[in-house]
Amino acid sequence: MALDIGGKTIATDEEGYLENLNDWTPEVATAMALAEETPVALNDEHWEIINFLREYYEEYQIAPAVRVLTKAVGKRLGADKGNSKYLYSLFPYGPGKQACKYAGLPKPTGCV
Amino acid sequence: MADYEVPKLNGEGYIQIPKIKPGAMAGKGPFIAKPDFQKALNFPADFQADGAGKFELVPDWKDRALNKLDDLRHRYRSLQLYLDICVKCGACTDKCHYYVGTHDPKNMPVARQDLLRKVYRRYFTFAGKHFPKLVGAVDLTEEVVDDWYNYYHQCSQCRRCSVYCPYGIDTAEVSMAAREILDHIGRGSKYNNEIISKVFKVGNNLGLPQPALADTLEGLEEDVEADTGIKVRFPLDEEGAEVLLVTPSADFFAEPHVDGLMGYAKVFHEAGISWTLSSYASEGANFGMFIGSYENMRRIALRIREAAIKLKVKRIVFGECGHAWRVAYSFLNTLAGPFDFLDPKYPVPQHILEVTWGLIQNGKLVIDKTQNDDKVLTFHDSCNVARGSRMGDKPGGQFEYPRNVIKAVCNHFVDMPADTIHDATYCCGGGGGLLTDDLMELRIKGAQPRMEALKYVTEQQGVTHMAAICAICKSQFTKVIPYYGFKMDQIVSVHQLVSKALVLQRPVSVQARPDDDDEDDENDDA
Repeated sequence: MALDIGGKTIATDEEGYLENLNDWTPEVATAMALAEETPVALNDEHWEIINFLREYYEEYQIAPAVRVLTKAVGKRLGADKGNSKYLYSLFPYGPGKQACKYAGLPKPTGCV
Repeated sequence: MADYEVPKLNGEGYIQIPKIKPGAMAGKGPFIAKPDFQKALNFPADFQADGAGKFELVPDWKDRALNKLDDLRHRYRSLQLYLDICVKCGACTDKCHYYVGTHDPKNMPVARQDLLRKVYRRYFTFAGKHFPKLVGAVDLTEEVVDDWYNYYHQCSQCRRCSVYCPYGIDTAEVSMAAREILDHIGRGSKYNNEIISKVFKVGNNLGLPQPALADTLEGLEEDVEADTGIKVRFPLDEEGAEVLLVTPSADFFAEPHVDGLMGYAKVFHEAGISWTLSSYASEGANFGMFIGSYENMRRIALRIREAAIKLKVKRIVFGECGHAWRVAYSFLNTLAGPFDFLDPKYPVPQHILEVTWGLIQNGKLVIDKTQNDDKVLTFHDSCNVARGSRMGDKPGGQFEYPRNVIKAVCNHFVDMPADTIHDATYCCGGGGGLLTDDLMELRIKGAQPRMEALKYVTEQQGVTHMAAICAICKSQFTKVIPYYGFKMDQIVSVHQLVSKALVLQRPVSVQARPDDDDEDDENDDA
């Protein structure tokens, strides 16, 4: 599979995750979200999460645990948003997986 | 949530055996592992994708498949026996949750076994070599390989069928052998093999590196302290601790798994048992078993031995993980033993439930059961614990220990119908290496029998939550029960219940760090 971003072809795997993590740009995230079965238009709330995921990945080379993510969101956006319900409302396929995809991170694997 | 055809529940607490729908689950199977992943596991990697992106089989695939089958039937006498002994009595046909949920007759255990058996007969038995049609023997063709790949990835190796087989034929072993053969001809599953390659590279299925693990554990220490006022430690790589805890990496990452991990930590804290996790052996779940690869299962298990020696521990305790416990209980000693360097006073290995139940019985834990009064619990026996292991020193301990612990920390507990618990338990629908999004339809359908039982106790006895002791069960249920009208947070870890009810009495951890008392609380960074 591949994404077409302004004439440039970006390779993704069978599940739509980037083959090469360096290919990520904000346009890639926007295109991925729009390519869903029910297209998602990314808003500021989505971007808060996506940006946090990228910062965390930069430091730790892995996506944050759900708990780490909800805690960080709670700190930044207010306690009422620091829970998985809020995250699922933004990323109904699961914040761990769907948000990671848009953020250009590899998919978390294992018994998760 | 994407749209899937979700089986309708009848609310009666038992399942209607469906009429067969041939070909209902025909398909390509899960994503195929790339040559790179195969190489990491020492499987042949001399294959590639053709122009259309479809992976070819390795050269001479037919000979290599048959050689592997021949090798395996000699290595495992059980496999040879299972291939020979089936009399087609039909006792297993309606026992598989995937057959019940999908109606595809190839998901009847006997039919699943026959996919391999018919090839075995053709090439390795007198009758099959000379009169193939009389004995249902067939040539090995690419179509047969495709069927293997598809239908051996619709078996969660839960072994329920083997309980009802008068000969004790274990379809799980047949399915493991088939996957081992497939791995030798360029048909590994991406999900399993990518994960195993991460264990070799990073130490766990998630690919969680040491710094991230350390950060996650530090966060948990903060959370427990904020909640209880007590610094409960979550030690990592601490040499000289008494216990090495081996737990699925999902316990660091997913919910409700992490709530269980906090429960283990509190139990160790309260009992004054020093313990540590290892970043090198930061995985309990041994996926080598799913793919029937003794060599890979052993490589994974040896990491636990190495970590135990390096950290100079005296005991090894396993967290809530079904397949970890199966491998640990049934195979660890021969895979990675002898464990003569551990304290012989304790079982090798030990389950966290054995630790907790022992402490409760000895009155070492102060419990406030009313903390769980907002719930009515039931318990899902995990397949590999129920049918592949034991806890304590009596038969059936694996059924009693989790229930004893739940009843010790909760006032309200009821069991699901008898033909869905203990050794008759149904798989969650995602075990055995199938917990991947590309098999979601199968996972939803395979959960039907368990959902039927859960619905029954929900409606008849007011059950609000189902506890589990396996990372796969927890993740699978969290994901699929919304399709059946339940809520994802109705699934809980057993040690999450313990964590809730345990009243901490010990003010300072036996592993307190010197600076724990005078640590300045830094302000949150802006």
